[in-house]
Amino acid sequence: MKVLTLNFLSCAVKTCKSSSDSFPLHPKEAELAKDDVEINPQLLVNVLPRIDWAALRTTSTELGFPTLPDQPPTAEELEADEKMLQELHTLLMEMQIVEGKLVCGHCGHEYAIREGIANFLLPSHLV
Amino acid sequence: MSRPEDTLQADVHYNDTEARKYTTSSRIQTIQAAMTHRALELLDLQSPSFILDIGCGSGLSGEILSDIPESEGGPHVWVGMDISPSMLDVALQRDVEGDLFLADMGQGVPFRAGTFDAAISISAIQWLCNAESSETSPAGRLARFFNGLYASLKRGGRAVCQFYPKNDVQKQMITSAAVKAGFGAGLLEDDPETKNAKTYLVLTVGSAGTKGDITGVVEGMDGVDVVDSRRKGKTGKGEIKKGSKAWILKKKDQMEKKGKVVKATSKYTGRKRRIQF
Ligand SMILES: C[S@@+](CC[C@H](N)C(=O)[O-])C[C@H]1O[C@@H](n2cnc3c(N)ncnc32)[C@H](O)[C@@H]1O
Ligand SMILES: [Zn+2]
Repeated sequence: MKVLTLNFLSCAVKTCKSSSDSFPLHPKEAELAKDDVEINPQLLVNVLPRIDWAALRTTSTELGFPTLPDQPPTAEELEADEKMLQELHTLLMEMQIVEGKLVCGHCGHEYAIREGIANFLLPSHLV
Repeated sequence: MSRPEDTLQADVHYNDTEARKYTTSSRIQTIQAAMTHRALELLDLQSPSFILDIGCGSGLSGEILSDIPESEGGPHVWVGMDISPSMLDVALQRDVEGDLFLADMGQGVPFRAGTFDAAISISAIQWLCNAESSETSPAGRLARFFNGLYASLKRGGRAVCQFYPKNDVQKQMITSAAVKAGFGAGLLEDDPETKNAKTYLVLTVGSAGTKGDITGVVEGMDGVDVVDSRRKGKTGKGEIKKGSKAWILKKKDQMEKKGKVVKATSKYTGRKRRIQF
């Protein structure tokens, strides 16, 4: 699972829908891999305003990556800065969680990740 | 044609053998590709987008999204959800580019509000009409799915779901669940009344202007049945003023009698909207 995707994922448990603690999910015992993905600047500029930057900073720290700046770049800054584009591309599109768990900070539910696939099937009493 | 939906649960039907058979059949590959291209045409994406593929299976639909060239507004990045571990396993072996989730669309869409530019679903959502467990009903699962999908799309976003309705009751069931969730909805039929008939549910989020509205998307296309109640009707005879609440209620009644899906009447029915369609 890409770091990009994790930035949009929230706990599926019914009682967590309205809680701000259920996002972002926290990686646990995460095994990472880096995929080679062709850079797609237009896509990055497109999703940038939708990225929850504070959550991305949290995730980045939790996965042991360098600390991100306090504020996200603007679209203009990003488009003009090749290095920043490349770094953001690597973080969002190339870094993958291949094994481990995602833990909800509100209900504690653990979503297992195997071979990059997260299991979001819930027992029916949690839906 | 036999309908596995009527007797089995999807994750039981799509076991290892069936998943492999499905994915390697060149006939199926061709049909799924054609329908995915049709759905993309209806989504009308102009630039690289973040897309949800519901019931992505082994990735036959999703990989087309990754392969759209820059000259045609791609490539897109996608996330796939599927309930069948065997189908996802085949997707892994085929090394698809989308992120995969083992998830049941009938339980909702676990992404925060406004995540996706668009969503597609090819040959999957008819499963929501069947195979309920004792604890859940098709109506409840449809509601959770469409509510979740609606929230997960950005305002102005679109979803196109090709599906195989068993009959008109299922068409109506699915469409009305989408409308109830807030979508503008239209049904498009390609090759209607033939054995190759294909049904597409075209959904829009928000209606800030004609462009985002369903009537704009499918207007003029053959075989399109716009079921959104905002569609302009012919002026009714008699003294009922066109556009008045009474007129709308009469219109809705007529449409319902014809078996079409209409928006539930609310206290907003018949109020002036800022933008007229
Ligand atoms: C005919 S296949 C289509 C797969 C892919 N979209 C394609 O075009 O090849 C239907 C898929 O829907 C999935 N499906 C059925 N019910 C589902 C559910 N409740 N949640 C998620 N996926 C489901 C099945 O597991 C199966 O992979
Ligand atoms: Zn939770």
